[in-house]
Amino acid sequence: MNFLNGITLLLVYQLVGEVTVRLLDVPIPGPVLGMVMLFVTLLIRGQAPESVDQASSALLSHLSLLFVPAGVGMMVHFDRIAEEWVPITLALLLSTIITMVATALIMQLTSRWLVGARQGKEPDGD
Amino acid sequence: MTDPGLKDIWVYLSASPLLGLTMTLVAYGLAYRLYLRTRSNPLANPVVTSVVMLIGVLVLTGTPYNDYFEGGQFVHFLLGPATVALAVPLYQQFTRLRQLWLPVTISLVCGVTIAAGSSIGLAWLLGGSTEIQMSLAPKSATAPVAMGISEKIGGLPSLTAVLVVITGITGAVLGTKLFEWIRVTDDTARGIAMGVAAHGIGTARAFQVSPQMGAFSGLAMALSAFATALLVPWLVDLMQFLVSQSSSS
Repeated sequence: MNFLNGITLLLVYQLVGEVTVRLLDVPIPGPVLGMVMLFVTLLIRGQAPESVDQASSALLSHLSLLFVPAGVGMMVHFDRIAEEWVPITLALLLSTIITMVATALIMQLTSRWLVGARQGKEPDGD
Repeated sequence: MTDPGLKDIWVYLSASPLLGLTMTLVAYGLAYRLYLRTRSNPLANPVVTSVVMLIGVLVLTGTPYNDYFEGGQFVHFLLGPATVALAVPLYQQFTRLRQLWLPVTISLVCGVTIAAGSSIGLAWLLGGSTEIQMSLAPKSATAPVAMGISEKIGGLPSLTAVLVVITGITGAVLGTKLFEWIRVTDDTARGIAMGVAAHGIGTARAFQVSPQMGAFSGLAMALSAFATALLVPWLVDLMQFLVSQSSSS
């Protein structure tokens, strides 16, 4: 029952997210807005209910599985991909590597500069 | 298949979502076991192996993708609630996040811009059509977001979905090695980079490395979905403006 409550709550947040996005015509996907709303709710409540925690870890522990049907969709686009395989594969591969390396380095440097200096001190409770 | 009984069964199965759904779960189960056998070697990523197995079976039996997706959609649908579920690990890492909000914001904005800018630029340099450039632009965002953006800027949403998955796999496979080479050892920085570049598939991999890397990857994936939706259409306009300026002068 707990798990069922959790998954119901996730679906309710997704639904509210989808409806809000359509009503306000914002360019953000419904589930992402749903996630933000759930996050804000958890912050206000000060804790994650057991049921939501259970449902969330169940879904997230096999996150890769959820991408499989979209991946199989590759078979529909074989021709298109074969036609332009050089720009597609090279741009995808290089851009992913560049993004990953750049983001990791930026995050490491900025957190050292902006936060690292304070880390030696006692937490000031702000 | 001369036996009429067998043929009837096949007609029933190919029209029912049961087969596509069961195939997806069985293929993933096998792929996951293989992944564990290879001691979680990123090269044996379960998404790759199960996608290859399923395409193989569908091509051999001459089953169209749409018939398969009748069943596959039930798994695909769960991407929505799974995205909402990311709020939980995010909440659990909130104190760490609050300390790091400024570096996280800077890294996200830079990362999202680099992801979209470099894929459009590289595809353009390599002679890719505008349609391909636009389908590639949102490839680092999570699938539902990327598809919406792709449609908006003139790409092919269903092709984008595939490119998103390939990008995620690339990131998940190469990620840990790349971080070793550039000597980024901090799990928060690795997680952020994984989530920005390789969305949910990268996040799934990050959770296997450590819960902290997973949470930050999930955070980066969620926030970069936001940032991509806001920044990429604008970035595309800017790049097209620059190209038209340079070609008209």
